Amino acid sequence: MEFVPNIIGFACQWCTYAGADLAGNLRCKYPPTVKLIKVPCSGRVKPEYVMEALANGADGVLVGGCHFGDCHYKDGNHKTKNRMDMLKVMLGDLGFDPRRFRREWISGAEGKKFAEVITDFTAELIELGPNPLKGGK
Amino acid sequence: MADKVKVGFLLLGGCAGCEMSVVDLSEKLVDALAHLEVVFWAPTAADVKYNDLEAMEDGFIDVAFVDGMVRLDEHIHMAKVMRKKAKTLIAFGVCAALGGTAGMSSLHSKEDLFAKAFKNTPTTDNPDGVYPQPSCLVDGKYDLTLPVYEDKVRTLNQIVDVDYYIGGCPPHHSHVGAAIGALLSGQMPPKGSWITNGKAVCDVCDRNPAKKGDNLSRAMVTKVLRTVDGTPDTDICLLQQGYICFGPITQGDCGGSCLNVNIPCRGCGGPIPGIEDYGAQALSSIASILKDDTVSAQLMEKYPNLAKFFYRYALPSGTLPKRM
Ligand code: SF4
Ligand code: SF4
Ligand code: SF4
Repeated sequence: MEFVPNIIGFACQWCTYAGADLAGNLRCKYPPTVKLIKVPCSGRVKPEYVMEALANGADGVLVGGCHFGDCHYKDGNHKTKNRMDMLKVMLGDLGFDPRRFRREWISGAEGKKFAEVITDFTAELIELGPNPLKGGK
Repeated sequence: MADKVKVGFLLLGGCAGCEMSVVDLSEKLVDALAHLEVVFWAPTAADVKYNDLEAMEDGFIDVAFVDGMVRLDEHIHMAKVMRKKAKTLIAFGVCAALGGTAGMSSLHSKEDLFAKAFKNTPTTDNPDGVYPQPSCLVDGKYDLTLPVYEDKVRTLNQIVDVDYYIGGCPPHHSHVGAAIGALLSGQMPPKGSWITNGKAVCDVCDRNPAKKGDNLSRAMVTKVLRTVDGTPDTDICLLQQGYICFGPITQGDCGGSCLNVNIPCRGCGGPIPGIEDYGAQALSSIASILKDDTVSAQLMEKYPNLAKFFYRYALPSGTLPKRM
């Protein structure tokens, strides 16, 4: 059977989640690979959430936040950048393919960008194949 | 007088430093021995063998202290035997609780580790690359065995049920004394808890800016230094000087031992309550107080392996690492 990646997306309610909504309204085409979880702010996403998703077999994890200057809570996304960029490096140091994790800035006006990110991420994950930890615990 | 409390000590994959902390209780240990009877202490202190433990009735030992991580099939077997013989089992020290520093070895293959340990060190002369084998026949008649080396390091609670945890590498002897006191008086926390004074290292650290009414206490960290970069000021919070310190998220039962000698906390005390994954939380907490991405880039340059940095004592317990 053809491999369909399973992506867990954490999306800030003010921007990326709205961007995903707009992608729908614009009828943008993108693969149905992402399960989106709405969070108050991308700064709310703990590294544990990403690692838990990967440990339980998600093929990829996406954290979506607002562009700099647009954070509803002023600097939540600055914390996101520091944390998630370091997390990506640490995933590699742990021996886990860091390409399975992405941090993207997608605003509420960027429905098209949301669709492009999911399309591109899905293609990359198809190339990488299933998460080696598939099956979880 | 009531019967003495029967205690046992078992060392798995550790350095026995945790047991030294028991010995370091000195006179206090002598006093405690009025209420305690040590019925097993191997393979270090007492002249007993593993099969003496196997021969005991189940539940014979009241409290077992198990130190060291789990890497050999022998560790797995002995941990299971001890679990049967002990009414209460304590993961004693950070190796048993979270995997300890040896846990970082899980990031390397067995082949690499064996080559390093038995072939490539400058003082080793082993041109044929002879490695320890689980079994070997000597003189054609002696069938000798060694324990089997497992694929990765595990924590004690990945093998058996653990009733209590004690952090530290090793636990400070005053902490061991307090734990034994709590045991003897029956003042124990709920099962599954850490035995701790409940304070973070920052709480017991004299440098804590909040204790000095310092309004810099919420200042962001603007540069990253390693301990080899200069000498830290002995009064100022190390984090504020740029020396990355894990005091904010680590249990302070050591009384801030490292800070007292001017080096940053690396987390041997284990996570303060509420933290599930030490390394993930360390990354999160530290990343959040770095001023901007030039500072985080500096940290990543100074610490080329973030997994070993943030999971120094806790790698085998991490959400993702333990599944890998
Ligand atoms: S926790 Fe530290 S002192 Fe105790 S056995 Fe492990 S390495 Fe040794
Ligand atoms: S961060 Fe370190 S140096 Fe600063 S108060 Fe906490 S324990 Fe002390
Ligand atoms: S300061 Fe931190 S690393 Fe040092 S002994 Fe205490 S808990 Fe362990």
